[in-house]
This record gives sequence, structure tokens and C-alpha cells, in this order.
Amino acid sequence: MSNLTNQKIFTLLKVQYSNMLEYRVEIALWAISGIIPFFMLNIWTNNNLNESINISDVMLSRYFLCAFFVRQFSVVWVVFSFEEDSLMGKVSPYLIQPLNPFLRYFAQHVAEQITRFPFALIIAFIFFILNPETIWIPNLSILFLSIISTFLSFLIQFLIQSIVACLCFWTEKASSIERLLFIPTLFLSGLLAPIVSFPESVKSWIYFTPFPYLIDFPANLLSGNHTNITGGLSMQILWIVLLFPIFKKIWSAGTKKYTAMGS
Amino acid sequence: MLKNIIEVKNLSKSFDISSKEPGLKGTIKHFFKRKTKSLKVIKDISFEIKEGEIVGFLGANGAGKTTILKMLCGLIYPSEGSIFVSGNLPFRRKENFLKNITLIMGQKQQLIWDLPPIESFYLNASIYDLDKFEAKKRIKKLSEMLEIEDELFIPVRKLSLGQRMKSELLAALIHEPKILFLDEPTLGLDINAQRNLRKFLEKYNKETNATICLTSHYMKDITSLCKRVICVHNGSISYDGKLNLLLKKLSPVKEILIVCKSEKDANQLENSGFNVKNKSKNEITIKVENHSITSSLKTILNNFDIEDLFINEPPIDEIIGKILIKKDHNV
Repeated sequence: MSNLTNQKIFTLLKVQYSNMLEYRVEIALWAISGIIPFFMLNIWTNNNLNESINISDVMLSRYFLCAFFVRQFSVVWVVFSFEEDSLMGKVSPYLIQPLNPFLRYFAQHVAEQITRFPFALIIAFIFFILNPETIWIPNLSILFLSIISTFLSFLIQFLIQSIVACLCFWTEKASSIERLLFIPTLFLSGLLAPIVSFPESVKSWIYFTPFPYLIDFPANLLSGNHTNITGGLSMQILWIVLLFPIFKKIWSAGTKKYTAMGS
Repeated sequence: MLKNIIEVKNLSKSFDISSKEPGLKGTIKHFFKRKTKSLKVIKDISFEIKEGEIVGFLGANGAGKTTILKMLCGLIYPSEGSIFVSGNLPFRRKENFLKNITLIMGQKQQLIWDLPPIESFYLNASIYDLDKFEAKKRIKKLSEMLEIEDELFIPVRKLSLGQRMKSELLAALIHEPKILFLDEPTLGLDINAQRNLRKFLEKYNKETNATICLTSHYMKDITSLCKRVICVHNGSISYDGKLNLLLKKLSPVKEILIVCKSEKDANQLENSGFNVKNKSKNEITIKVENHSITSSLKTILNNFDIEDLFINEPPIDEIIGKILIKKDHNV
């Protein structure tokens, strides 16, 4: 990469990070609002549901803590930002700059994740104080692979939402389609329950969808639960390779339909 | 001879518009079956713009001025016809084309709301591949020209509309574009801010020989910046030429207010064959055709005892108003 490209990426991230710091309170609240996995953990342990799937209390706690972490660093809202910008006519100036507007949104998300990091750490720290038996230190290679896997999960979600966001070129309310997608994301990603707890008939097809690779796979990897690392990472990469050309195609078709309304 | 930087041939643009009848019945019908019709908003227009020209696009609301600008800068795709802007097809949005143009839309901002404008300037500079040193130099130069050196470090949300608009302009010009598309750039600004912005654009045009395409409902923007205007009426071009020729054509007479030394002189003047608009005591207003102003003034000054006289230009807004509603302005 040339120095200028490096500078472009660095400036984009730096500016978006400065912008996100302006919203640090909101980001702290968003981080707290992502504690669904802890509620689920409570339901699972209080009802001894983990016994049916042969996972110990400690491993289940670690799984949900990791699910919380993965969710914190893979949450995507690009469809809502793009929809608003599109309706308000803010996309127009971005479209005539030599930078795909989605790179701005991408930088916004990465900057938000960096801002969110300390808050997520604090929540994890509190979790460990309340559940000291769950403290563990993953080995470096697993930690490294988990970070990559979480980033790939973020990329998959970013691409899915970007494809949906591009539908704004045809329909003003593309976010309603995203809300439809939220249902399988919630139930099939492993946010509410590890996929291993699903019936065999569901498990047989669920791994062909992108959903288990959003939370379940990276969370299992980080928490040290048994998982097929090569298979999981390959599937994540495969989904990115499949989704990226779809995004490019829909973006190219959509910009031809663009009417620059609101501007 | 100056070369054409913009060439538009037989350009048309249609939009699919859905219509809905009022009331509950209309809403239900609209829910189940949407009626859409294709509306041709730009109809077979052709024109050329030379490098360094400042051209004003005039027309009533909805005439199609902004749609033309949006097609010229590649924001929207034309339905028919061809557009070449500095040798490029705008809608392909190639990097070398985008680096040569800018679009400024009044009140539509690209500045990051919660950060000082300087952050957006550096961001734009890096988007246009300017190194830090060059960016700094240009920010300094443009902020001096726009007189916003003191506002560079204040969050955008705390700036006044005029300061924001100037900052928008700086952000849009940091890559020193060769072609500027300005859609109502002075919208909402006070008179002083409008004047400063016009002065800046004039200076920018002179210093960089940039081509400027401008739409504005403030006639002063058009009259002080544009020698050439393109009048758009219902998506078609009704006039393309010099502004002064159009003004002469639409307003062929001037009014002269003559203050005579005595009422007797005024009475004599009233009966001397001039087209009198009104008279009161020693003041008389006559209408004179543009081409006979000099001879008429000579006659008046030689034959009557005159205390003072004023030549009144017809109000420009009134004339432009005629342009907006008239279909043809062949000169």
C-alpha cells in the first residue's frame, strides 16, 4: 500500500475516532445494552439447561461472556446510517468523492469499536468479580485467531447490512428488511443459545447459513469450547467472498437508480 | 480559442413518480396497487460550456436546473443523450473525474457536525490524496480567502450558517477542482455573507480559471457572477446566451426621472412628444427606448432647464421573474 493510501485510512480512522469520542456516553450505554448474553446465561444456569448439552457451568459462562465480547465488536448499524443519509440527501456529496461512501461507514464502525473497547473490558471485569471461577487466560494463538474470527464476523455482518442498505436506492425503508434479518441473526447466531444445543435437524442445515459464524463460532473459539477452527474460519472467509461481489453488483446497479432525493 | 469543458447533447432525464389519491380509499388503493408514471423532467437539451466560464442556470422551482447539475457532476444517471465533462462520462464517476469537480448544495453539509471543520478539511485532503504539507498550505490559503481562520477549530455545530457555508466551500475546494457545480450556494445567508461568497467565487475563478455552473434564486448571484445564463423552463432550455442581451430584450425601455427647475419647464417637457409615465409639479418620468437614450438626453439637456435627472434601471428581479414564467427568449 502506498503512503498516501495509508494516510487516507489513518486519517479516516483518526477523524471518525475523534467523532466517536464525542459520543462516549452513548457508546458506554450501547455497550451496556448489549448484555443479552448475560441474561441468557442466567436463564440457562438457573434452569440447569446446560446439563442437557454436556457443557459445564464454567464453560457456559465463558461462552456467554465471549458471545458478549464478539457481539460488542461485530455489531453493525450501517443500514440505519445509510438510510438516514440517503433520505436526508447527505449521500450526494459522498458519492462525488473518490472514496466509496461505505468506507466511511466502515471506518465509523471500527472507530466505534475502539471507543467501545474499554467499556466492554469494564463489564468483563465486573463479570469476573461476580463469577471468579470463570476467569481464564486463553493462549495467545487462540486469542489471535479469535480476534481474526470476530473481525471476519464483523465483515460478514457489515457486508450483509451494506447489501440491504443499498436497497435504499429502490425503497426508502431498507431498514425494515434488516429488521427481518435480525430475527434469524438473533436466534441462529448463538446469541441466545449455543448452536450445539439446537436439535440435530436444525444443526444439519444451520451451518450452511452465515449465522453461526457471527457469534457462535468466534465465541466458542475464544472460550476454549470444542470447535472446528479451520472449518469455521474457512466458512467465514467463504461468506465474505460470496457477499462482496453481491455488494459490488448491487452498489453499481443502485447508484444508477439514485435520484439524489432530499438534495 | 478556449476549449469546451462541458458538452451536453440531446440530454433527457425521466423519473418514475408514484401518485396517490387523497383519503382512506386512496391510501388502500395505493397500498395494493401503486400507480407510477414516468415524468420527463429534462427534455432533449444541448449546450456547451467553455473552460473558465461562469454560467448561471435560471428557472422556476422544479424547472430542472438542479437535475441538470446533478447529471453534470455524475450524481444521477441520464435517461437519454450524452454528457462529457472534461472528457469524461460523469456517471462513471472515475477517480480522475471526481478529483476535478466539486458540488456544493446550499444547506447540505458534508462537514462532521460535532468536530471542528479543520478535521473535515484534513479528511477531505486525504480522500483527494493530498499530503499533509499541501493540505495545510491549501487550508491556510482558502481560509484566508474566505476569512474563516478563527473558526477552523470551533465545532461545526457552534458555527453560524454563514461560517458553516464558508467552511463547506473550503471543504469542497480543498482539492482545487477545475469545475464547480454550485446549487444555491448562498441559500439562507445574510446580505454580507452572500456578497463575501460572491467575491470569493469571482476571485477563485480568476485565480484558477475554474469553470463554474451556478443555480441561484438570488438574482444578485447571477448578475454579479455570470455573463452567460441558461434559462430552463419545464425541462427545456428557453434561452442560452449573454445575460445583458437577455435583459435588454426583456426590458427594452429605461425610465428617466427629470427634475425641472420650474413647473413650466415640466409642462413643456410633457408636451414635447416623449412617452410620459407620470408627472407631478416639476418632476416628470419618461420612458425611453434603450437605443435612443443618448439622443433623448441630448434633446432634454439642450432644450429644457433641468435641475437633476436619474436614469432608473428596471428592477432586475422583475425582469428575471419574467424569464421564469416565459417559454421563449429568443434574442
